[in-house]
Amino acid sequence: MTPETSNPLLELKNVIKYYNRTTPALADISFSIMDGQFISIIGPSGSGKSTLLRCINRMIEVSSGEVCFDGVITSQLKKRDLRKLRTKIGMIFQHYNLVDRLTVIENVLHGRLGYKSTMAGVLGRYSQEEKMQAHRIINILGLHDQVYQRCDQLSGGQKQRVGIARALVQNPRMILCDEPISSLDPNSSKIIMDLLRSISREMGITFIVNLHQVNVALKYSDRIIGVNKGKLVLDGSPDQLTTERISDIYGSTAKDLMTDSEERYAAG
Amino acid sequence: METEETINNWGQLCSDEMISPDIFGSGRPLNRESFTIRIFLMTLSLLTLYALFTMDYQGVDIAKATMDTLHNFKIIFMEPSTQRLGLWDAFYEVLITLGLAFLTTLFGGVIALFLGLLSAQNLAPRRITCCIKSFVAFIRAIPTILWVLIFAVAAGLGSAAAVIGMTFHSISYLTKAYSESFEELDRNVIEALSASGANWWQIVFQAVIPSSAAYLLSWTFMRFEINFANAIAMGAAAGAAGIGFDLFMAGGYYFDLKEVGLITYIVLAFAIVLEMIATHMKSNIHQKA
Amino acid sequence: MQQADIFVKRRNDRWIFFAVLAVLTVGSVIITRYDVLKGFTSIVKAFVWGISNFYPDIESMAKLPDILLKLRETVLMSIASTTIAAVFAILLSLAGSRTTRMSRFFSVMARGIASLFRNIPLVAWAMVLMLAFSQSPLTGYLALFFGSLGFLTRSFIETIDEVSHDAVEALEATGAGYFHVIFQAVLPSSLPQMISWLLFMIDTNIRDATLVGFLTGTGIGFSFDLYYKSMNFHAASLVVMLIVITIIIIETASNMIRRNIM
Repeated sequence: MTPETSNPLLELKNVIKYYNRTTPALADISFSIMDGQFISIIGPSGSGKSTLLRCINRMIEVSSGEVCFDGVITSQLKKRDLRKLRTKIGMIFQHYNLVDRLTVIENVLHGRLGYKSTMAGVLGRYSQEEKMQAHRIINILGLHDQVYQRCDQLSGGQKQRVGIARALVQNPRMILCDEPISSLDPNSSKIIMDLLRSISREMGITFIVNLHQVNVALKYSDRIIGVNKGKLVLDGSPDQLTTERISDIYGSTAKDLMTDSEERYAAG
Repeated sequence: METEETINNWGQLCSDEMISPDIFGSGRPLNRESFTIRIFLMTLSLLTLYALFTMDYQGVDIAKATMDTLHNFKIIFMEPSTQRLGLWDAFYEVLITLGLAFLTTLFGGVIALFLGLLSAQNLAPRRITCCIKSFVAFIRAIPTILWVLIFAVAAGLGSAAAVIGMTFHSISYLTKAYSESFEELDRNVIEALSASGANWWQIVFQAVIPSSAAYLLSWTFMRFEINFANAIAMGAAAGAAGIGFDLFMAGGYYFDLKEVGLITYIVLAFAIVLEMIATHMKSNIHQKA
Repeated sequence: MQQADIFVKRRNDRWIFFAVLAVLTVGSVIITRYDVLKGFTSIVKAFVWGISNFYPDIESMAKLPDILLKLRETVLMSIASTTIAAVFAILLSLAGSRTTRMSRFFSVMARGIASLFRNIPLVAWAMVLMLAFSQSPLTGYLALFFGSLGFLTRSFIETIDEVSHDAVEALEATGAGYFHVIFQAVLPSSLPQMISWLLFMIDTNIRDATLVGFLTGTGIGFSFDLYYKSMNFHAASLVVMLIVITIIIIETASNMIRRNIM
């Protein structure tokens, strides 16, 4: 959306991550992403998608290599600056990761904690403006009837919208989504994906979305990155990729990816 | 700041009336849940303060007593040794305590198995489950030590009174645990079996007990762990045999802290092993579930 | 063939299980010198004796004010020791939980302290504390405090790890600081479960206070001991009845609170 800057928003250089000594979870991953793109990362379960995503906002530390966000090398950041970085990157989870016993508005306002002093955050003191903003976002996402409801009373799709609202209230430049629709039924999945896509278009926020379903990735993304066994095996725009090509790349594991998405969307 | 504007524009799209007027209040409305929590915590702190202020300190010099206690603990943990009790004797006494705990758990488990079946809501009529549940609640309300002493009047102080007395609490604990495990079994399974003509006993032994065996075993072991601690206490307070009695004699009669230290170490070793086994069993069940 | 194997294996497993059980039972009976016959006949004897002797009579009612005073002391002591142990247990469990720990070292330390305090027998606490604090209520209070601290810390650690792991991850990803995470995610999601443990602990502590009172000569345990040893069984039974009533009241109240907050 904003191509006037030629520098990429995010750049990964030779990222390697070892959990144990023997096999790397991520092996030498490099790519760069321009501002405003909608990018899907596909791959079978256990291929390193989640690890890759979490290396970007340093929820997981990389073993070697460099992650560069908006011109800043993230691995060099001290605690305070890391928090500042994370406020610029929203995150959405497969299991929504809400505090179930709190209300929708409280969960959404959690997105502002990165900007707050320790005391204000501990007491949950939010400014008038922050509350207004939160209410606005909640309204846009169609949750205005649930504002004061506890999150454990919501449906899966509603919970995920609370998760999205929490990410948006951060005023992020980029949002990372870790399997955002894997716990949802086909109908809610479609609503959530449409929502993510339109947020990306309207607000110019960059999206990196981990997906298990290839068809969804083909339908929504500007660009698809494929990983398998920690390696980058695929990088291109959807029109360059057919399902046949993908099954070539993934071999036997592709079957799992394809049938899953097929079934999922047969109903939707 | 571009994003900020976009969001604002979006906000204009949906009418401002949709934003409820009470947004200027706190984000956390006071519901029944948080109200109860607040009242409860307040009551608890007031009662605690009241207890601490009205406690009869009997002129104990707290600072001095604390220093003495720390000193005592240093002796216990740094210089454990034996005078009256050989190391081997101590181990034998622990074995006796383990034996008491085992017998208690066994008797309790067998009786609780039947009571558990009768108090599971998917296996027994409501009237019977209610009866058993209140019976079990009554048993639990009387402290173990009192059960033991009540039986000691009839059986005399010793292992018989201790085992029978401790069995009561085991029954109450295990009945509750077992019946909850049984209730996890799907009603449809029972329905299917009774539709095929199986009677109540057949259903119990072919479906209910096999499917909850792992849970039963794990709960029983946890009770064994508790009974081990109980058996020590009963040894001390009710003169039942075992390491508890030696602990009581060393601490309350001979004032021999070094021996208390030795016994504490031995008991700790056994207790921690039991705890580790129990934790392992629990995590196995969690994985299965 | 394979089906037959399964049945044979099942039967063998069952045999082994019951054989081990039998060996352990016989071993335990021998080692503890447990008189099986006496054990079971004593149940009947105890009930007959109980019905004819173990009930409060008019005379024992004169002791009621004394007993009530001791009961109040015991209940207050149990509540105070549980509450204060809970405060310390929250700190220890935050340090010990995998979700909220600051460093691996502190986590191991906190778990070690919990395990140590939980597994040192209550009798040992009571005996040692009595040496310095003598027969004052403080002895019982401290003995209960240390036991509760161990138990509550372990329970709280389990609660925090079970309940709040996901939410903590999300808040850390938004850039929230350590204390934000504790107060906005960990405590709100685990407080009800923690309170449930607290209620359970108060209940347990009242019963254990009887035992500690017995050993240290304080509270309701001492009252029972006194009447029991002087063979005043009518008064002793009054003590038991009052304990039962107290425990049932507290249990009912606990269940009510649990229903409201869960």
